[in-house]
Amino acid sequence: MVMIPVLLGVIFLITVTIDLIPGDPAALMLGQGATPEMVAKLRSSLDLDQPLAVRYVRYVGRVLRGDLGRSIREGRQVNDEIADVWPATAALGATALVLAIAVGVPAGIISARWPFSLFDNIARVVTLLGLSMPIFWTGIVLIVIFSLWLGWLPAGGRGTWLHLVLPAVALASPSVAVLARMTRSTMLEVLREDYVRTARAKGVAIRGLLVHHALRNALIPVVTVLGLQTGQLLGGAVLTETVFSWPGIGRMLIRAIFARDYVLLQGGVLVLAVTFVVINLLVDLSYAYLDPRITYR
Amino acid sequence: MTTSYVSTGAAMWKRFRRNRLALVGLLIVGVLALAAAAAPVLAPADPARQVLEDKRTLPGGKYWLGADEFGRDIASRLIYGSRVALAVGVVSVLIALALGTLLGTVAGYLGGPVDETIMRALDVLLAFPYLLLAIAIVSALGPGLANTILAVGIWATPGFARVVRGSVLSVKEQEYVAAARAIGASTARIVARHVLPNCISILIVYSALYMASAILLEAALSFLGLGVQPPTPSWGLMVSTGRDALVIAPHIATFPGLAIAFAVLGFNLLGDGLRDALDPKLTA
Repeated sequence: MVMIPVLLGVIFLITVTIDLIPGDPAALMLGQGATPEMVAKLRSSLDLDQPLAVRYVRYVGRVLRGDLGRSIREGRQVNDEIADVWPATAALGATALVLAIAVGVPAGIISARWPFSLFDNIARVVTLLGLSMPIFWTGIVLIVIFSLWLGWLPAGGRGTWLHLVLPAVALASPSVAVLARMTRSTMLEVLREDYVRTARAKGVAIRGLLVHHALRNALIPVVTVLGLQTGQLLGGAVLTETVFSWPGIGRMLIRAIFARDYVLLQGGVLVLAVTFVVINLLVDLSYAYLDPRITYR
Repeated sequence: MTTSYVSTGAAMWKRFRRNRLALVGLLIVGVLALAAAAAPVLAPADPARQVLEDKRTLPGGKYWLGADEFGRDIASRLIYGSRVALAVGVVSVLIALALGTLLGTVAGYLGGPVDETIMRALDVLLAFPYLLLAIAIVSALGPGLANTILAVGIWATPGFARVVRGSVLSVKEQEYVAAARAIGASTARIVARHVLPNCISILIVYSALYMASAILLEAALSFLGLGVQPPTPSWGLMVSTGRDALVIAPHIATFPGLAIAFAVLGFNLLGDGLRDALDPKLTA
């Protein structure tokens, strides 16, 4: 229920952005060859001749019916356009997410187990670099090294799983860094707790202690960050998809912007924002599972 | 982040100075500021001058870092590019700082339905995945330096507002605030004299960390062609033009990317160092 006002606000912001366009949005969308009749028709079909409130209510109504409108350039249903490109983005995002968890969390645990060891020091430098390198540039560096010089992996496009490797690594790199840092610091905090000392005094082996006592309690902040990182992955997909010619929703958005196809752009942004909100709701719900003290009524 | 240690400037600087990474961050930020301030003196050539017969020249000789697609000196463009990166970073963070402090103070101090409305509105901004809010704003307003700054500033506002609100909430129940109210201080005076000074250290840390993010965001928008427009030397834009010649001249995309990473690393290290210096409890 909490998400409904947020989603209504998201739709409102998306509706309002059209009013930010200087000049007549309808004329701008159709380009120079458009006749005044065409412009007038588009204006009324987009409700641009209506006040903002009316336009907003009608857009919400259409979204609730699952209708995102027709794209201006191709005339296709935006739903169909998004359905075409969505699987590619989902595959890329999910792979990057799995990669971020699989590398970031264990790295953070090892760093917390042996703080200021060689591994920890290297990991901390690498994570700082991971946070600082722009992913579009990381992608380009990966292409130069692994496609152009070594010839091991394809430089772009979508096909076999090999095509997925470089874009997923580029997209995941900042998230790996964030997760590793977060896991390290929360684990270090938990390891200082009294109950951890008690468990050690009882003779619990360090491995069991890390997994059963420390990790589980360190997970809540890590899972929170994970939820926020999905936003990074969804937005970052715009960049990685551009660099790797990955036919996903991010490239569709960029195409829509340069074609001034605001209907397609609005639909794409809305779908990504809703995805992000839903994922964060799931993250909130998972707290109850991770920490029995938290309940939802 | 709720610790309220009394930190004198000298004690903070002492802690900051002992942190080697923080000093590296300060040094990097200093180098950037110097490059931006003294760009005309430092740059070996005019960043806009095109020498077409020298296009894609490899690093070395006349061009330290080589020449780009149009035979422009990459080193000079990187030096002038620091102006764009810092301008976007500083101005957008100032916008976010002003808006965020205002919204956070009003929400935290007044509470009730005002607080609820402001915070829900900010939740809406936070519901957009990274980059998408900025993309939505810039695609409507049109590309360019000013709109990029505005988009980045709006994007960063909720973070500042939240931290200020949290700080205000923790301060406003303190006895000295009640005492100030009892002797008849106005709300504006209480906020200015007693509430905001408590947020300053955390705002400084946030500003440094958001500078890093703002520089990354500007580079990303410009890379996509939605941010700063040519021929302005933006690092993100330079990476984008270098993409077309990766096989024969990978240096064109490589150096501006390194510059972005260098600047972002500097502000991240500085921000981390400031946080550790301001809040000794967090240094483990």
